[in-house]
Amino acid sequence: MPEGKLVVSLTVNGQPVSATPETTVAAAVLIAGGYTRASVSGEPRAPLCGMGICFECRVWIDGRQHQRSCQILCAPGMDVRTP
Amino acid sequence: MNQSWDVVVVGGGIVGAACARECASRGLKTAVVESGVVGGGATAAGMGHIVVMDDSPAQLALTHYSQSLWVALAEQMPDDVEFERCGTLWVAADDEEMDEVRHKQVVYAGAGVATEILDGDALAEEEPHLRRPMAGALLVPSDAVVYPPCAAAWMMREAVRAGATLCLPRRVVRAGQGCARLDDGSELHAARIVIACGADSMRLLPEIPVRKRKGHLVITDRYPGLVRHQLVELGYLKSAHSVTADSVAFNVQPRRTGQVLIGSSRQFGDEGTAVDHAILSAMLERAKLYLPEIGSCSAIRVWTGFRAATPDKLPLIGPWPGDETVFLATGHEGLGITTSLATGRLVADHLTEAKAEIPAEAYLPQRFYKRANAGFEGAAQESNAHA
Amino acid sequence: MRFDVVVVGAGPAGIAASVTSAREGRRVALVDDNLAAGGQIWRSGEALPRNAQKWIAALRSSEVLHLRGLQVFDHPAAGVILAERGEDCVALRYSKLILATGARELFLPFPGWTLPNVFGAGGLDAMARGGLPVAGKRVVVAGTGPLLLAVAAHLAARGAKIVAICEQAPLRRVVAFAGRMLKQPGKLLQGVGYGWGVRSKIHFSCWPVAAYGKTAIESVTLRKGKKQWTVFCDFLGCGFHLVPNTELAQLIGCQIDEGFVATDELQQTSVENVLCAGEPTGIGGVEMALIEGQIAGLAAVGAVEEARRLARRRRKMLGFVSALRKAYALDPELRRLAAENTIVCRCEDVAHGALREHRCWRDAKLQTRCGMGPCQGRVCGAATEFLFGWRADGVRPPVFPALVSSLAGANFVSGNSSEA
Ligand SMILES: Cc1cc2nc3c(=O)[nH]c(=O)nc-3n(C[C@H](O)[C@H](O)[C@H](O)COP(=O)(O)OP(=O)(O)OC[C@H]3O[C@@H](n4cnc5c(N)ncnc54)[C@H](O)[C@@H]3O)c2cc1C
Ligand SMILES: Cc1cc2nc3c(=O)[nH]c(=O)nc-3n(C[C@H](O)[C@H](O)[C@H](O)COP(=O)(O)OP(=O)(O)OC[C@H]3O[C@@H](n4cnc5c(N)ncnc54)[C@H](O)[C@@H]3O)c2cc1C
Ligand code: FES
Repeated sequence: MPEGKLVVSLTVNGQPVSATPETTVAAAVLIAGGYTRASVSGEPRAPLCGMGICFECRVWIDGRQHQRSCQILCAPGMDVRTP
Repeated sequence: MNQSWDVVVVGGGIVGAACARECASRGLKTAVVESGVVGGGATAAGMGHIVVMDDSPAQLALTHYSQSLWVALAEQMPDDVEFERCGTLWVAADDEEMDEVRHKQVVYAGAGVATEILDGDALAEEEPHLRRPMAGALLVPSDAVVYPPCAAAWMMREAVRAGATLCLPRRVVRAGQGCARLDDGSELHAARIVIACGADSMRLLPEIPVRKRKGHLVITDRYPGLVRHQLVELGYLKSAHSVTADSVAFNVQPRRTGQVLIGSSRQFGDEGTAVDHAILSAMLERAKLYLPEIGSCSAIRVWTGFRAATPDKLPLIGPWPGDETVFLATGHEGLGITTSLATGRLVADHLTEAKAEIPAEAYLPQRFYKRANAGFEGAAQESNAHA
Repeated sequence: MRFDVVVVGAGPAGIAASVTSAREGRRVALVDDNLAAGGQIWRSGEALPRNAQKWIAALRSSEVLHLRGLQVFDHPAAGVILAERGEDCVALRYSKLILATGARELFLPFPGWTLPNVFGAGGLDAMARGGLPVAGKRVVVAGTGPLLLAVAAHLAARGAKIVAICEQAPLRRVVAFAGRMLKQPGKLLQGVGYGWGVRSKIHFSCWPVAAYGKTAIESVTLRKGKKQWTVFCDFLGCGFHLVPNTELAQLIGCQIDEGFVATDELQQTSVENVLCAGEPTGIGGVEMALIEGQIAGLAAVGAVEEARRLARRRRKMLGFVSALRKAYALDPELRRLAAENTIVCRCEDVAHGALREHRCWRDAKLQTRCGMGPCQGRVCGAATEFLFGWRADGVRPPVFPALVSSLAGANFVSGNSSEA
């Protein structure tokens, strides 16, 4: 993360992650070393299109399912969950 | 293909596929003609609820018989048919509807269908996301859910394995006098032609009293565990007796995928496939009323389909009095997935002169046939059925 | 909310359209599902080219109501669209509607393409702009189109180590195209210029045949003619140029010709009061998007003379559109990339082998669930069109997944719901 920028703290599967406010939740999940979803046959999947059309980046955010994380920016205290 | 067949089945929906499977397996030389893809008509639009229904004794007999055929085949069906015995819960919102639950239990018991009455608490335990309080429900544990397009495709594969020939994509443009004429100009000659074109059957036989009854469905993304049984409101009995009017009812189904299929609506007079937003809205509001959480589920797609409705809500299965080579297997309204297997049996029984396992008179097309050459009696009165 | 003009999509075309209409004194709304204006190319997180800065400044100082993060999902009746943001649903009423919904990348399946850290080319770029650190990462950029060089250059500027750039088109076609572009400077792809620093890594007639890795990509095998080799990498960005986003136009009933929204020279579609500009009418790049946006913005407010003047300029640019298409036409060999068990539909995990036996999109969809997931076939529909020549079905609402509550609110037309 670039220095000298504003920082937001969120959690990905309970682990604290710091990011800039311009960081998407999708990027934060990858930074945390994870992937975003398990496919219907159980394969790990991560973002593909980065623009909201492939739905590979769906995660749980603050208790809500199927959120496209590439279209959502990190916010303080956000609780992000992936399988 | 100027050869001769014992049977030509027109239509490769679930009803046509079931007829072909049954005919071919009894050794009849069978051809099926389908203009689009197998299971691509109403079969691809329906909910796939295998349900015992009791609007009339004849309906109860047919649905119960057919359901037992589904259960008997369950082991043989491939996984993609998604046969799940999730059971139906007929949800009673108030005491008046609870009386109906008790009445329904007696009727079902009379036909040998085991059911169980749940009170409000037991219902809440079975379906924790239903709005509370509810008065209770009738559980029909033997009811099931399938994925109809794959069920139809499986039946068709079985038919082909038993020797049937599938002509696709070919449209029958005229049928009668032992001949089905196809859109490429060829003719199929047959002892019997079975019309199984669903809500398009009137295009080949304008005289039959079948009308299109439009329905809307909505499918959500995956929410495993949100509902566990097919949930249907009993209240539709009160609201939907306004005969011909458009109506909606709470009717949701858990798919094996974890998706929730939301129904249902019924409309006459609208033959366009476009989504009617007013009825869609009413249908979804109804669903939210019973299952508040559904509102915050993500809906992936909406579609419409047409049921082939008859005036007395019973299908047309049997010979057509106007032409001894023509047979009907249509008019299944909102129950054609359920009753497809029974229809196949009854058709094959007729054609092979075998004794049917249930009385078949109530479904014979001649009930609408006034006198020779006069054609069928028009749609007399309408009523609402389930699904 | 009621507007004279509603513009869907805040990329170059939509920005130009909305600013132009607003200048004529009309009440204009610009709706986009992203939080920042700019669409795919002028995304935030990057120093923008001068004309981008100019247009975005013009948008900021205009009277246009820019509705951010709102996704349009339905068109329940003529004159109204519905859009959703989180739990909120709004109805936007328009006299004129301008569709500027842009394009997405074409993704083609190959073994390993579903591994984490395999992105689209534009996709990887978007992720980097969205905060994915690429500094020090070994990156392969692959696929086709002028976009590849631009992406590689952006990533290199952020410190990525570009291992290879694989362009499936042959060198001679790209050279011919670039030569043509030099005659029309400033016509889109500064990309070729951008790419100067990374050009030594380019391979032509070259594409990935398989990606490998345990929990994420670790290496990728590349093929160029008979030669095949494997390189280690942390990220692969692979996109085979663009597919127009025509779903909303189709829902509204606009005529589609060969995959693109048909318009007259004033960007009017076959549906009354509905105009279309930018990529949905043809993949023509930023300059084309800007000019079409302005034409649509003028035509929508009745400034026909001025719109016609711009339309004459646009006509001169059409040669570029077809040159672009020819230069980067896909090699038929790419149809053979997917193996029997390679997933084609990522939402439902449907493999190539399960699809092959089907006759058409509808049959495959009904029997295998291909295209039934939440992306609604946006990824696999375009792929199977290339792989098997299938055409996806007609579009049904919602054009993007929407909450059941929002769909229930779709009865705004009859006026018995409250409006935002
Ligand atoms: C919204 C909705 C929900 C429903 N829910 C349920 C439910 O939960 N449970 C249930 O049991 N039933 C349900 N149904 C009813 C069920 O879907 C139908 O009764 C059943 O699918 C009818 O099958 P079919 O084979 O007769 O018709 P279709 O599936 O329509 O098949 C007819 C076939 O004939 C073909 N065809 C037509 N004309 C020609 C021609 N001239 N030549 C060649 N081919 C031709 C068509 O292409 C089509 O494939 C529902 C229906 C709807 C609309
Ligand atoms: C991933 C990607 C990267 C690209 N990178 C480059 C590049 O580096 N250089 C280059 O010259 N060209 C690039 N292009 C091409 C670029 O898209 C066009 O040249 C130019 O941006 C076209 O402008 P537009 O306004 O038509 O579309 P876009 O810029 O795509 O804008 C369309 C906007 O509409 C929004 N939208 C679509 N549907 C809806 C809806 N239903 N509701 C709400 N909003 C909606 C989209 O999210 C998007 O913001 C790229 C394209 C893509 C897809
Ligand atoms: S990465 Fe494709 S939708 Fe988010």
